[in-house]
Amino acid sequence: MQFSTVLVQILNGLQFGMLLFLIASGLTLTFGVMGIINLAHGAFFMLGAYGAFHLIKFAGWPFAAAYAGAILAVVMLGALVERSVLAPLAKRDHLDQVLVTYGLILIFDELAVIAWGKDVQPAEIPPPFQGSIQLSSMIVYPVYRLVIAAIGLLAALALYLLVAKTRLGMIVRAGSIDRDMVRALGINVRPIFSLVFGLGAAFAALAGIAAAPILSVSPGMGDRIIIVAFVVIVIGGIGSVKGAFVGALLVGLVDGFGKILFPTVSSILMYGLMAAVLVWRPQGIFGKPLR
Amino acid sequence: MSGARELLRSERLCKNFGSLMAVRNVSLAINESEIHAIIGPNGAGKTTLLNVLSGELLPTSGLLIFADREVTGWTPDRLARAGLGRSFQHSSIFEDLTTFENVRLAAQVRLPSSMRFILSARRYQEITQRAEKILADLALSHLTATLAGEISHGEQRLLEVAMLSAIAPKLMLLDEPTSGMGKAETRELIEVLRRLAHEHTLVLVEHDMDVVFTLADRVTVLVNGAIMATGTPEEVRRNPGVRSAYLGERA
Amino acid sequence: MTPLALASPPLGLTVIRAAAATLVVAALVALPAFGSPFLVTQFSRVLIYAIFAMSLDLLVGYCGLVSLGHAAFFGIAAYVTALLSDKAEINNILITLPVSVAAAALGALVIGTLALRTSGVYFIMVTLAFAQMLYFVAQENAFFGGSDGILLLAPFRLGIGDSTWLSLGDRATRYCLILSMALLVLCFLSFLVRSPFGCVIRGIRSNERRMRALGYAVGRYKLICFVIAGAHAGLAGHLYVVLTSLADPSILDWLHSAQVLLMLIIGGIGTLIGPALGAFVLIVLTDQASELTEHWKLVVGVVVIALTLFSRGGIVGLARSGTASLFARKPS
Repeated sequence: MQFSTVLVQILNGLQFGMLLFLIASGLTLTFGVMGIINLAHGAFFMLGAYGAFHLIKFAGWPFAAAYAGAILAVVMLGALVERSVLAPLAKRDHLDQVLVTYGLILIFDELAVIAWGKDVQPAEIPPPFQGSIQLSSMIVYPVYRLVIAAIGLLAALALYLLVAKTRLGMIVRAGSIDRDMVRALGINVRPIFSLVFGLGAAFAALAGIAAAPILSVSPGMGDRIIIVAFVVIVIGGIGSVKGAFVGALLVGLVDGFGKILFPTVSSILMYGLMAAVLVWRPQGIFGKPLR
Repeated sequence: MSGARELLRSERLCKNFGSLMAVRNVSLAINESEIHAIIGPNGAGKTTLLNVLSGELLPTSGLLIFADREVTGWTPDRLARAGLGRSFQHSSIFEDLTTFENVRLAAQVRLPSSMRFILSARRYQEITQRAEKILADLALSHLTATLAGEISHGEQRLLEVAMLSAIAPKLMLLDEPTSGMGKAETRELIEVLRRLAHEHTLVLVEHDMDVVFTLADRVTVLVNGAIMATGTPEEVRRNPGVRSAYLGERA
Repeated sequence: MTPLALASPPLGLTVIRAAAATLVVAALVALPAFGSPFLVTQFSRVLIYAIFAMSLDLLVGYCGLVSLGHAAFFGIAAYVTALLSDKAEINNILITLPVSVAAAALGALVIGTLALRTSGVYFIMVTLAFAQMLYFVAQENAFFGGSDGILLLAPFRLGIGDSTWLSLGDRATRYCLILSMALLVLCFLSFLVRSPFGCVIRGIRSNERRMRALGYAVGRYKLICFVIAGAHAGLAGHLYVVLTSLADPSILDWLHSAQVLLMLIIGGIGTLIGPALGAFVLIVLTDQASELTEHWKLVVGVVVIALTLFSRGGIVGLARSGTASLFARKPS
């Protein structure tokens, strides 16, 4: 394999991995802090993409404003969902959580169909990031994909600082180890739930906006990517932001290299990786041991 | 206690949670057919020790020997099948099953295998009768058809013991069997435990000193995760270290 | 949640139940005689999904294992059946049925072994992911017909050698086969959940830690339960291909698994008969609703959330509390 091919695949893996991290980090935090498995997390991904698409195409907003607006709208929607439907679920069993959040998927997907139709909508790359750059004499790489990787890395860094350096982060970390203990300590968890959930929704929306020019926008676009995010979480260990980061990178790279090394089985490689992790460490790479 | 056969022994058992040493160097010997009480102030690591002994927690270091076999690292179910049964401090029953079904399910573990798919579980006479007898022995028969989640706290504590005796382990580890019980209920339970002790070896973690000193043949005092003293109730009572560190606190 | 008591209900209740069951079975048996072709085919589908839903109920309602990848086993059997017919021209269900069900059971054994190394929410995610993996395998390989799936031209038959005893191209014959299979599954699973094995898995759902402390090798029972459920889902998948002559990737999709979970919540989890009723309600309702409005999914979504948040008993729960109040006026 040529060095240039390797480099391109590393970049592709990094870009896909960072996209996955944006989605998986919110999911894993929601579970770690609130104890809720949110299947509808993919809806925030989809609605972020649609929101930006709508504001740019129909409202004529400039790119930056449309992106900010879409993220804000999704966060507000997330807060509404969290307050009304998810909060009562924290004490329910996983089955109820699965059912309710599946109901949310049906609702959001159908609302998207009502608002924007069933067709796949193209999304534009913002002008400054169109085109490609010459990385070496051999490699031309789309600027936009580099931008996605950079956004993901920045988000990861921000999240790392938040979780590692702040009081909020301390509670989040404690919560992922022993949720009941955090409650027992008398910490008022309500606002923390909302904050974490809002942050997760914002990241998912950001991922949706970033992915839109590559994947296009369609109803149900969140239902597929959410599965890959689950794979990331199982590999990394639930509740762990570090785990989500490492898991996302691994899955991104396996996917990138799989496409050129083993094209016939590339789509199942990441599941093979997950199976291997399950055999080796069922609790995930950074998950807490079971006994 | 020379001459008595050892049933359970731990050697330099440690359990750490991060930097917290919850159990330190516990070397304990439980003799066959004795009642051995483990006491200690709150946070002394009694329940952690019990969880390590019953396989719920892996020891950080140390050895566990049960019935002359090394069993360190065994899973709780494997230990239970080998004859080491336990009850829980916070009643751990099948709340959505009837009281009878709770005990029957415990007794069912005595079938060579429960991989039996067709015949109704009720048709296994030996198991059903065993469950009925145990419920009768513990004066729980009137609750047979009641859901275990709906009986009183004291009755649930009794049900815990009933389930344990249904599997008839060689050794019973009881985690605060009388916790939250009234005086009369406690007296009743003491009688039950005394009867069980005829056929089983009992280890109880207990808060209630009256229970400990009426029942126990030997007592181990745990302070800060380490053994401070072991001996007959009298010896322990006279131990000056125990008096100041533990019994003194109560006065 | 309905109590899992083994106690026998009052006599009047037993009579009512027996009468209702006889009536339903009689109506189902007589259906081909008076029902329209559409109705016969629709009920064939209902009964296939009743089998599928009951198999998931064994897992979710009795063993407490929330799987979101149950469609994988339905799909494995469906694809094996379709491939046998398409590539090897084997249309005899005396061969296709056992082979496809065994394939589904084997798939359940492999996925179950891996997934059961985890529990709770991990288990949900892992089952989901493995099912989705199969979805991609089916969709991206020409061998499996790609996104169009495999459409069969020759109908299935039952016979030995070249002789054909039953031609399953015939709508009514096919329906009768499916009906008898569904009744058989209902009977078998009803026995199963009352057997020692059934008691063990219910104990696991109720309190897994306690089951361990009692000495049950919990993992082994869960795996066997997973395989039994997978095999039954496989039976449903096989019958699905016999009925529709089609195996396409959508049956492997995780949304298909979620749909079956809906049948459980509608009918009443942990009751076997409830999920079968749930299959009936969901299929008939969605057929009706999709004629009324194209946005029926929105309605289903709201209904699911409301059902989950406010009532867990489903149809069977409602019926039980109804009949219970009927018999509640006992002299004290």
